[in-house]
Amino acid sequence: MRVMVDLARCQSYGQCVFAAPEIFEISGQEVLEYDSAPSDEWRLHALRARAACPVQAITIGPAAGPGQDLRQPPATRPAADSVGVLR
Amino acid sequence: MSKSTGVASRPVSVSDVSTPRAELFARVLDPASRANPYPLYAALRSEPVSRQSDGTWVVSGFDEIAALLHDPRISSDMTNAGQSAGGQSLIMQDPPNHDRLRAAVMGRFTPEVVESLRQEVHNLIDGLLDAVGSGTSLDLVEEIAYPLPVSVICALLGIPPQDEARFHGWADTLARTLDLDPTMSREEQAAIDHAFTELHHYLENLVADRAEHRGDDLVSGLLTGGDRGEPLRGQELLITVRLLLIAGHETTVNLITNGMLTLLRHPDILERFRREPELVVPMVEELVRYEPSVQFRYRAALADIEIAGTTIPRGSVVVLLLAAGSRDPGHFTDPDSFVPDRIPNEHFGFGGGIHYCIGAPLARMEAQIVLPELVRRLINPRLTMDPPPYRPTAALRGPRHLWIEVDGIRP
Amino acid sequence: MSGYPSSRSERVVIVGASLTGLHAADALRDGGFTGHITLVGAEPHPPYDRPPLSKRVLAGRMSADSTGLPQRQDLDAHWRLGNAAVALDRDARTVTLEDGTTLGFDKLLIATGTRARRWPDPDEAALTGVLSIRTREDAVELQARLAARPGRVLVIGAGFVGSEVASVCRELGLDVTVVERSAAPLAGALGAWAGTAAGRLQRRHGVDLRTDTSVVELEGDADGRLRRARLSDGAVLDVDVAVVALGAVRNVEWLAGSGLTVDSRGVRCDPYCRAVDADGRPCDDILAAGDVACWPHPLYEGLLAVEHWDNAVRQARVAATTILHGPVREHTALPTFWSNQFGLNIKVVGVPGRADQVAVLQGSVERAAFVAAYGRGGRVIGALAVNTPRALDAYAEMISRRMSFPPDLNAADAPDPVHVLDLAVPAAG
Repeated sequence: MRVMVDLARCQSYGQCVFAAPEIFEISGQEVLEYDSAPSDEWRLHALRARAACPVQAITIGPAAGPGQDLRQPPATRPAADSVGVLR
Repeated sequence: MSKSTGVASRPVSVSDVSTPRAELFARVLDPASRANPYPLYAALRSEPVSRQSDGTWVVSGFDEIAALLHDPRISSDMTNAGQSAGGQSLIMQDPPNHDRLRAAVMGRFTPEVVESLRQEVHNLIDGLLDAVGSGTSLDLVEEIAYPLPVSVICALLGIPPQDEARFHGWADTLARTLDLDPTMSREEQAAIDHAFTELHHYLENLVADRAEHRGDDLVSGLLTGGDRGEPLRGQELLITVRLLLIAGHETTVNLITNGMLTLLRHPDILERFRREPELVVPMVEELVRYEPSVQFRYRAALADIEIAGTTIPRGSVVVLLLAAGSRDPGHFTDPDSFVPDRIPNEHFGFGGGIHYCIGAPLARMEAQIVLPELVRRLINPRLTMDPPPYRPTAALRGPRHLWIEVDGIRP
Repeated sequence: MSGYPSSRSERVVIVGASLTGLHAADALRDGGFTGHITLVGAEPHPPYDRPPLSKRVLAGRMSADSTGLPQRQDLDAHWRLGNAAVALDRDARTVTLEDGTTLGFDKLLIATGTRARRWPDPDEAALTGVLSIRTREDAVELQARLAARPGRVLVIGAGFVGSEVASVCRELGLDVTVVERSAAPLAGALGAWAGTAAGRLQRRHGVDLRTDTSVVELEGDADGRLRRARLSDGAVLDVDVAVVALGAVRNVEWLAGSGLTVDSRGVRCDPYCRAVDADGRPCDDILAAGDVACWPHPLYEGLLAVEHWDNAVRQARVAATTILHGPVREHTALPTFWSNQFGLNIKVVGVPGRADQVAVLQGSVERAAFVAAYGRGGRVIGALAVNTPRALDAYAEMISRRMSFPPDLNAADAPDPVHVLDLAVPAAG
């Protein structure tokens, strides 16, 4: 899982920090920092953060690049995927 | 008799609304419009910044609301529009004072604090549903949605359980102060004043007690301060705590109630949600877009503001009609449809800009726990009356009762 | 035939497999494109995010391997990584790669970006310890050197990257000297006034900032390792790490002889991202976006060339629209960028570097939370928000409306009175 925040859109509302403190943090007063390659263990939290972002600046997906085709999700996907892992 | 579709979910058309545009907001305020204000909003949106006959400027387009939520010429202090001071809480203040008070709250209302309430919310909803017992009908508002948020806020503030009942009463009365409602009667105003006085005395004692015996509750935290905010004292602390109670209560009641109402009006989505509980994550965002608890906020113009081909003059009362912006077809595909997995979903359900809802993370957590539990435990729920009776307030919109018939309650 | 592009399906080749290229591919799929997409990258890595390299990665709080960008599940792109494009034949509609492969295209998107400008003396540039920060490898090497706790780090150039590196050094407790040829850090992008404030901030954080100064020589030892730097002020610094942060150079050499209008400012485009040929005509089938492109913006004189993350993403989306639907949507987004340094959130919109006046309109510079608007010719053209990230949208709107400068905001948190400062008038373009 890869996470990307459009920091040009981001206004440091901090909602992602509440939804997924394992991934996001506000450092200092207004600086958002995040782990762009969090463990899959935090997938649901990452999805919560993406949904909660007031400016919808968070993208989640598999790592870009070749090889993704070989790692398509299995036919029976966990429910979290059905709410859209990507975009 | 239950119906699967209700008035609010029926497609609306502007032609249904024959009111002159300058009178539309007066109709929004009319309690008769409460069950379905959305056609009025659509009519207002045809002129996204619209001067009403009383001189109020109503802003209903997504882009225009987004712009004004961030505009330094827009004030939350209504004395700038010639109105009497509506209270000194941070939602009615501008920077820099607003920023200082907000930082004090945010410094203590942390992810850890919200997370620490998760189990409490689970316990509360379990207990409330257990209490319904073997009945086959319930009022979701009275029995579930109303008690739960006050208990959560009481847990947050460290209010002893034996005092909770009094808080329920105060929260109920004071919710009306969030509305600048011209129709409010003298009796209602007197009731509000009385509740304020009682709550004030209670909080004074609470603060005095916490000053002596600090705990891990929010009141103690605000007294202590933190890295990002200075400690709050005296009147500022009392007013801030009172705000958390008022602003955090009815909005959450309405979120839960509007949520169940919307699901019961969309049985296909309800069924899907039963199978996919994680759907709740995007669905809660869609709920606050589609049926937001806070429909609009008042603001004052500090300078002439050119926007959408018109100029809002300095000193004007401005209504940011958030619920209309969240259904702007210029920004959302199929805006009058409830799409539980709408992504992206950039809505105004929690406001925006510097006044973005402080309690949003707590509201999300409560809804994300409560709605799946309701759907899991209520067997074959049906609406008894659609539309349900609504509370009169226009800015804070939600049903007064939501009667539901069920075949039973799962353990 | 399976997997091979049929004559009916369009073939889009994107040269440059970084942020712009990835987002263009994503936008093509968003727009319903079902044809063949090939992404060509000079670097061996799949697309990764560069901004963290000079911040978290350098500070050792994030691994360079973690910078990989997400993609949509159904991107279905073909990747040619570690294989730079070396030539474009417009007539044959082919791109030749380093390994000799030739790729045919129906539409080509040039998104080759920039590379770090090297230290001008090649022998000095080759010394061990003289580094840039542009790629993952750069960041890994510099991070390792910082982690080894050098006695002093020299940063050459006080633009945003140089200032971010200095910030990380101080965060790590390392002594750092920043040498800047002009009078203040960040002055090129933000003007002298903000630059002076940034200089005060850096010094307060313990940076040995030397403005109006340049590095005249980097000296190595017998093993080719950096040992000393001689500065124009006569100082000699013992350093074994020097970070060259002198800006970027556009990767356009491979387009020599292609017949496109290309110079040091990049590939000349029209507002729809179509590359312009030597006769000034836009090519329908060859587009450019991101750091490598320059184009006319309706709000600014001359050509705009923007090396920001936000522009890469937005221009990629415009390019994808042109590929799918022709010239229907202009790239008119305002330049926007951000930087995090010395604990501050810095956001910028518009082009403050071209302003002739500046005024703080909200907040307080002393409290390090303020918004400054920039004017040129009596119009708002840019804004800087420090630790006030929710304020900037309103200023973007003022810029788009060409609001008169200084704007009458009467903001609740305005300084009283608002002071308008004149800036040295920079050249347009």
